[in-house]
Amino acid sequence: MEAWSRFLDTFFNLDVIERYFPAIMKGVVVTIAAAVVVTGTLLGLVLAIVRTFRLIPMNALIVVFVDMFRALPPLVLVLLVYFGLPNIGINLPSFAVLWLVLALVLAAFAEEIFWAGILSIPKGQWEAARSTGLGFLGTLAYVVLPQAIRLTVPPLTNRTIAITKNTALGTVIGVGEILNQATTAQSFSGNATPLMMGAIAYVILFIPVVVLGRVLETRFAWRRV
Amino acid sequence: MTTGTPPILEIRGLRKKFHDVEILRGIDLLVVPQELVFVIGPSGAGKSTLLRCCNRLEEPSAGSVHVGGVDITARSTDINAMRRQIGMVFQSFNLYPHMTALRNVTLALVKVLRKPRAEAERLGMAALDRVGLANKARSYPGELSGGQQQRVAIARALALEPKVMLFDEPTSALDPELVGSVLNVMRELKRGGMTMLVVSHEMRFARDAADRVIFMDHGLVVEEGPPQRIFSTPSEARTRAFIAELGR
Repeated sequence: MEAWSRFLDTFFNLDVIERYFPAIMKGVVVTIAAAVVVTGTLLGLVLAIVRTFRLIPMNALIVVFVDMFRALPPLVLVLLVYFGLPNIGINLPSFAVLWLVLALVLAAFAEEIFWAGILSIPKGQWEAARSTGLGFLGTLAYVVLPQAIRLTVPPLTNRTIAITKNTALGTVIGVGEILNQATTAQSFSGNATPLMMGAIAYVILFIPVVVLGRVLETRFAWRRV
Repeated sequence: MTTGTPPILEIRGLRKKFHDVEILRGIDLLVVPQELVFVIGPSGAGKSTLLRCCNRLEEPSAGSVHVGGVDITARSTDINAMRRQIGMVFQSFNLYPHMTALRNVTLALVKVLRKPRAEAERLGMAALDRVGLANKARSYPGELSGGQQQRVAIARALALEPKVMLFDEPTSALDPELVGSVLNVMRELKRGGMTMLVVSHEMRFARDAADRVIFMDHGLVVEEGPPQRIFSTPSEARTRAFIAELGR
């Protein structure tokens, strides 16, 4: 019993919860995470669509961008952008740097996922639609993308969650972020409860994304041959 | 065929090269309205390529294809506008799996011909009715048999009221017991006056439905004539060999 109460006291201390709750919730992370998901996914989709036009110089640029941003660890990118850009006279607030970097990383992965989805649609689908007089864009919009996007929901959900969790990297450039606030509170209170609060905050933040992914998977599933 | 009727499909000196291989080596072919022309020949003869050049799914390397008097190979031709007048039916059906049978049929009516939704659905239902599948309008392709899927694909092409329909081995992917239903629909189209160019191995169907049979080999038309003559007394040795092979 002694051990149990000590555990509760360390990880779920009510006094500490009450004192530091506002600070942890104040983290702008929620806004950044939402912005990353929306802009990253959209940019990825746009890049994948541009790539279907098969303009060689454009596609080379896309491939270079995508490979760079998939290869470099997000932490390196965050530090590079945050400490590098001011040298060429661009000063971005730290939350903007975090959003920009993570959105670009997500866009890079999303582009590859959408592209793979588009490529996986059989050539016959294109030919059937084109043979009815539908143009390239019409075929893409009504026939190919609706099928491709259905295929991409599961990998895209996983990737979105994995990358958006990197908002924790905001710590290194001083974004008022959940983990950042939690560790500070932990030092001040000498108690691990704020860390647990941080963990719970992350769960609350990401469960909707996970559930949304599941809903989309079920809703978009169509009866296959 | 009667001499006065202008051809609806006119292929002149058609050549198609893939890299260094010449698949079509100068094809001339006229199809007049309401004619059913059957193309046979060994695999690799260029039959499918010939068909796919007729709506420019393949870009011809040389020669011309006129549909209803319009040169579809000309740069200035709006190919999408021409394709609506050229129905195509594929070996693998190629229905859109995420849409119901009716939506498969109405997609081009709404997005290409810009018909209002209600009118498109009426036309779509009429087309499905012609292939005997009005009761499957709300079914998805995955819920239909191969024969039904192919009939929906025919309805999809038919709904646009094409001047000519191209059939690329429409029954080759079907189980034997489903072939009949698709051939019956094609017979019905023929009776309704549809002009058709058909690549197929269904010789029985060719015998009783085709107006003319073309035998192709190595990218050339070897022989053509009415089905009775081609199947019974072919004049070319290659045709004889091919027909004999089929009869075994």
